[in-house]
Amino acid sequence: MRSVASGVVGVGYTDISPNSGRSTLQLATEAAQAALADAGMTAADVDGLVTYHLDDSDPALGLAQSLGLDDPGVMVDWSDGGGNLACGVVGLADAAIRAGMAHTVIVYRSLNGRSGRRLGGMGQGVDTTGVRQFMTPAGWTTYPEMIAMWARRHMEVYGTTPEHLGTIAVKSRAHAKDNPRAQKREPITLDDYFASPLICDPFRLYDICLESDGACAVVVTAMDRARDTAKPPVGVLAAAHGGTGSGPGADLADVLGMGDLARNFGYAVRDRLYGMAGVTAADLDFAEIYDCFTASVILQLEGFGIVGPGEAGPYVAGDDTFSLGSKLPINTHGGLLSEGYLHGLNHVTEAVLQLRGECGPRQVPDAELALVTAGAMATGSALVLGRV
Amino acid sequence: MAATKPIPTLRGEEKVYFEEAKNGRLVYQLCRDCAQRIFYPRTVCTNCMSENLEYVASAGKGTIYSFTTLHVPGHPEFADDVPYTVVLVDLEEGVRVLADLVDCDPDDVKVGMSVEVLFEAVTEDFTVPRFRPSAQ
Ligand SMILES: [Zn+2]
Repeated sequence: MRSVASGVVGVGYTDISPNSGRSTLQLATEAAQAALADAGMTAADVDGLVTYHLDDSDPALGLAQSLGLDDPGVMVDWSDGGGNLACGVVGLADAAIRAGMAHTVIVYRSLNGRSGRRLGGMGQGVDTTGVRQFMTPAGWTTYPEMIAMWARRHMEVYGTTPEHLGTIAVKSRAHAKDNPRAQKREPITLDDYFASPLICDPFRLYDICLESDGACAVVVTAMDRARDTAKPPVGVLAAAHGGTGSGPGADLADVLGMGDLARNFGYAVRDRLYGMAGVTAADLDFAEIYDCFTASVILQLEGFGIVGPGEAGPYVAGDDTFSLGSKLPINTHGGLLSEGYLHGLNHVTEAVLQLRGECGPRQVPDAELALVTAGAMATGSALVLGRV
Repeated sequence: MAATKPIPTLRGEEKVYFEEAKNGRLVYQLCRDCAQRIFYPRTVCTNCMSENLEYVASAGKGTIYSFTTLHVPGHPEFADDVPYTVVLVDLEEGVRVLADLVDCDPDDVKVGMSVEVLFEAVTEDFTVPRFRPSAQ
């Protein structure tokens, strides 16, 4: 267990929509300003910026100029960064603060993921570089197709069913009803799920998150300062980033390198994550689990030791699991499936709001300790956040 | 009418791989120093960092490890092909490859199914390996 060096003291969002009508730089600036206002800070307090993107956003330098930052000590674009980095970026801010490179860091993600450049899919050129030169010619090009391979394998090995996947979509949507930020708030049923079209078997439309326009940001600052900000700080108790270790594959698309597609990165990072925080999975009050697709929740519930191998399907389908009011509410905002895909950083922001008790009708009672995860396949990252 | 199929720019080890495919051979690499079997082709061994790698032709037989059937194309280049199935195949030689599956109804695809390789020219210069259910 290590000491807590930093806390999240501010959270900011733009609206989340299919068409923002403005640039990614404008979205980033709005989210950063909102996060600073939430913290009771100004841009003059900021000496670090960290973001991640897939060449679909403005660089940290752009936001530094937009905010008029003077000589920031840290400016990081964790490039070629997918949702696997959405927690790692907060870990990086915490590391920079521990190293004395910065004192107050804005971590953000801004994208026009629906109206602009969509991740890996329709509307952008097909990628035939790197490892993909061996895969794209087979017609295997986008993330749903890639993660469908993991989902199918999990179903084969453990008997996970389409009903299990559908239950995640249904229960997530139920949470979005009480989230004004969410793009999809109308409840759905398992019948609706099975009526939604097959995209890439076993994934139907409702297994797939909502590509979205928008931005969100958090302000991370050293604990000495965090005690004096406008809102109670949420401590970065642990941060971990890594891969499965089951083979040479580290590239997201490098499915060939992974020995066992029924086990993803969670297995590799959980021990050091929980060890760093001095907690176990049983201590968690709620979890925000990266849900680019329903099946990624299944793999992570097992990877992060919330249930044992093969138990996640029956677990999510249980009467008193996943939902608000259950022992471990999951994806309290509706997740990426129903709130929208701000590339996973909106799991971090929701966790902070829950830990501050600001979530109104969807508030988890006595929320003190949260797991937040990011990633679906070979590599990923995670945080343990808590009241301090 | 779908757009032209995407074709990688062939320079190094991928050039060897696809030229072998054009000659009707599905190749993987064998490390002469540690006997690691490697797919896809690279310049150093994934186990010992040796550059002493040789190309070996697979018999082209294996079983399906996982699969997905696309009902919506990920890119317009494949719009005329849906529904089609992409498979991960564990070759008998102990390497895993990815390709599309032909001559098989999507409803009949199963994990563990025996498959064998065939080769199809996409253009005059570019051939891809594909798989179909084994004859027996
Ligand atoms: Zn070797």
